[in-house]
Amino acid sequence: MKKNQIRKIILGSLILTMSIAACSKSNNGGGPAPTPTVYYDQADQVGRPAINTVFIPASGKDSFNTTIPSSMPGLFTNDMKTSLLTLNPKFTTNLLGLTADQFIGVVSSDVLNASTIGVTSFYNGTQVLTGRTLSDDVIDVELTLVFGGPGGSDNPGLTSDHVNGNDKPFLASFPYEASPW
Amino acid sequence: MKQKKLVLIVLVAIATTIGGFLLASDHIDAPAVKNQTTDITDLYVFNGADTNNLVFIGNTQGLLAPASTAAAAFDSNTLIQFNIDNNGDNVEDLVIQAVYSKGMMNFYGPVKPSLTGLRGVVEGTLTTSVAVTPYGSSPTISTSTNGVKVFAGPRDDPFFFDLNQYHAILAGKAAGFNNPGSDSFAGTNVMSVVAEVPKSLLNSTGKINVWLTTKKREL
Repeated sequence: MKKNQIRKIILGSLILTMSIAACSKSNNGGGPAPTPTVYYDQADQVGRPAINTVFIPASGKDSFNTTIPSSMPGLFTNDMKTSLLTLNPKFTTNLLGLTADQFIGVVSSDVLNASTIGVTSFYNGTQVLTGRTLSDDVIDVELTLVFGGPGGSDNPGLTSDHVNGNDKPFLASFPYEASPW
Repeated sequence: MKQKKLVLIVLVAIATTIGGFLLASDHIDAPAVKNQTTDITDLYVFNGADTNNLVFIGNTQGLLAPASTAAAAFDSNTLIQFNIDNNGDNVEDLVIQAVYSKGMMNFYGPVKPSLTGLRGVVEGTLTTSVAVTPYGSSPTISTSTNGVKVFAGPRDDPFFFDLNQYHAILAGKAAGFNNPGSDSFAGTNVMSVVAEVPKSLLNSTGKINVWLTTKKREL
């Protein structure tokens, strides 16, 4: 009997302590209860235009999109080099003076290089990979680097799509892109 | 003539080796994101009209016909993120994030992320919010107290490419491009996020590496 009573008191104070603890925990600082962290998982990624599209085989396209850029060279260099040499088996060097290995070395980490102190351009003859403006003809640049050989003049039928600009003029001020059709 | 034939053979080989259709820029580039709100089309990074600022444009959900643009929407389960590497290791040192909620696009950063890589969280505190501009309306723009200017909504797809002719070449049906070519993206729209950021907020010594990611909320 006495033992039971003691047990009850102990149990009661334990419940009381626990509920106080729970109370102070859920009411920390009087603010709302903390919400669980919401996580997001990567689905797609792009740095430079058309890298996944042109250089990654069909079987690797999803995994390329869910690979961090610093891991891309180790995982995709071989596939990308195969694609380049399939596109242009006679590839020696390109207009940038890059060999196949050097060129793939540049494009295999799919990030867009940008300057924060100078002119921004994908390629304008002077600036190389210092950004990408809306009007940059990135496809012609990439076609030239893949097909054009060391002087950029090989395979002339394949080095330009002859679409040299957008179908609507861009704006001079924010948000820069043209209004939707 | 001989060379032309060789090019054709090579291109047919490509079509079979690389497989499937080659789709332009990053539009519907991979099976898992095709026709999803997470599908990125293009990334642009360039000097603003005020060259003290850098403009980041992330476009998603490409090839929207005008008739379907009004119904196109951002997704509250998709985190759109500009990743910025400052030291050349291709790991993000700063992120700029855009998350949609109830008609508003909420922007976070530029801020150092607590997590890098494939799994992410919304980082830091809200920089500024902007109402998503409805189709047919002039752009709604918001500017934060630290000078970050933002926009979200449908825009003309700024990408241009004669994709159809490229397909014809790869399929062995053409030897080269036409002159003039025909822009396969003419008359189509994208869902666009634009952030113009003072360069002083980028902790940059002159060169950055940028990539755009979309991340899907874990359910």
